[in-house]
Amino acid sequence: MSATASVAARNRLAAHLRRRERWRWWEIAFWLAGLAAIFAIPSRVGLINEILIAGLFALSLDLILGLTGIVSLGHAAFFGLGAYAAAILSSRGITDPILGLLLSSALAAALGLLTAPLLLRGSDLTRLMVTMGIALMLGELANRNGWLTGGADGLNIEMSPVLGLFPIGFTGQRNAALYSLVVLFVLFLVARRLAQSPFGLSLAAIRENRLRAGALGISTSRRIIAIYTIAAAYAGAAGALLAQTTQIVSLDLFDFHRSADVLLMLIIGGPGYLYGGIIGAAVFIVLKDVISGATPEYWEFWIGAMLVALVLIGRERLFGFGRKAIGRLAPGHVQA
Amino acid sequence: MLTILLDGVAYGMLLFLLACGLSVTLGLMNFINLAHGVFGMIGGYATALLMNRAGVPFLATLPIAFLLAALAGIILERTLYRRLYGASPLDQVLFTIGLVFMAMPIANYFLGDQPQQVHLPPWLSGRLEFQGVGIGVYRLFLIGVCGAIAAALQIFLVKTRFGAQLRAAVDDARVASGLGINVDRLFAITFAVGSGLAGLGGALAADVVGGIDPAFPLKFIVMFLIVVTIGGSNGILGAFVGALLLGVLDVAGKYYVPSIGAFIIYFVMVLTLILRPQGLFARGDAR
Repeated sequence: MSATASVAARNRLAAHLRRRERWRWWEIAFWLAGLAAIFAIPSRVGLINEILIAGLFALSLDLILGLTGIVSLGHAAFFGLGAYAAAILSSRGITDPILGLLLSSALAAALGLLTAPLLLRGSDLTRLMVTMGIALMLGELANRNGWLTGGADGLNIEMSPVLGLFPIGFTGQRNAALYSLVVLFVLFLVARRLAQSPFGLSLAAIRENRLRAGALGISTSRRIIAIYTIAAAYAGAAGALLAQTTQIVSLDLFDFHRSADVLLMLIIGGPGYLYGGIIGAAVFIVLKDVISGATPEYWEFWIGAMLVALVLIGRERLFGFGRKAIGRLAPGHVQA
Repeated sequence: MLTILLDGVAYGMLLFLLACGLSVTLGLMNFINLAHGVFGMIGGYATALLMNRAGVPFLATLPIAFLLAALAGIILERTLYRRLYGASPLDQVLFTIGLVFMAMPIANYFLGDQPQQVHLPPWLSGRLEFQGVGIGVYRLFLIGVCGAIAAALQIFLVKTRFGAQLRAAVDDARVASGLGINVDRLFAITFAVGSGLAGLGGALAADVVGGIDPAFPLKFIVMFLIVVTIGGSNGILGAFVGALLLGVLDVAGKYYVPSIGAFIIYFVMVLTLILRPQGLFARGDAR
């Protein structure tokens, strides 16, 4: 009796996991639209590249904030580290983009692994402070070690073509955007798989109630460290992409406003279903482009006004409807 | 050596004025106000503009800076902040960063992006030599004024009824309100005073940081938060010691080991958070 019940339960669970895994038509359309945009709007391909990179950065924040519920005000630490690592590698002779991307990403992951234990204690406020402090420390280190990082002048770098075939940079902006799209897509696939796996479900449990998740036998500390490390690798990859495709790095990569901007992008798009970061990045960067085209000095005002309105009206009320609609379709959605 | 120490103390005193309001807000309502620097900017601009455009003497501008910032504080508190007292830290952070992003372009729009200088009166601008130790008169002035304010605040908190109510509310707002303390009103007043002190701090800091410019709130967010982190968030004393420590460390660090610069203070902050997540001077039984 109980054996058949448990078999039935397991079957239901398997069916549920399979359902979550299935690709929706709008997901396919989303990626095709991204690909089409690169070919359809050649004049703004630089902007698209920027969106793709920011989208990857926001996706990485989504892994910790959206999936796991860990707040961070210093995600720029990993972004900046990845960018500088890629730039320094290329200035030391390793100019192959993919190798550079992997190494930079691994370095950022190492920093994530090293700093993740700091996030396990204290309140949300402590976490905000610690993450911010680490980003500022790295920025100051980069500032003071000019022999390695070029200090306040930053670094200009040269990259080899991707796979030895496709030059990226000013002469190959379309290639650069395609390169970013491919990297984003591959990493997105991994993140999607991750979110749907039992590991992803356990992260959701930690997000909803860490104490209870622990009581269920989930080793919360280890999983937080694991996802934080993965997210750091993603942010590092985003930074490396930026360095490689714009061929310049500067100290503002570590700035507080980078961490704030990426948080804003994710909030605009809505955290927790993986597409939010990319959509938010597109909205944010297009808005920034349009507004700063009209009033270059004052575009921050509108971003600020948007944030204030967002919080006052309530994120749930503003995006709840859209999220509910998307939630039913989204890959990470758990049927209640 | 002593000069650096005194410079550091003066800087720390300024940081204390700027940040003590934040420390109380954080302790009282668990509210993360990243926009605290905006009030400092208001005070700084008030002093700079009154002196440069209206020719008001420096000392007379200081109370005005305090009042204007306090007024701005109470208006914002009553209209906006109070809606977010129960909100999640993330919402509070987003909201107050939004306020900073709005305040900076507003200042830029009306006042331009050039720093507004505060020209000190001659009697404040010289240097004193005392037994071979040189110190700027203005630094001494800062230490005197800020020290007096800190002492007054501490006495106020310890000796008066209002202070006792405030401490009770910081310890446990819910029980305090159960005992008939009007926590809402208490908080509004404290918020206004904290904002006013930040305004005063901004006015006094204008000369030290090379003028007030629209980026002021963003530049100082970090310093404020470090003060609060090091000092812990439930008391004037913690914030005071934290600010002094930070001021001395920052000035001495930049002087003796310029190669690592501001790294020291960030390092100290993270170290503090690792060892004492509630702040160096918090009591052990913090919630």
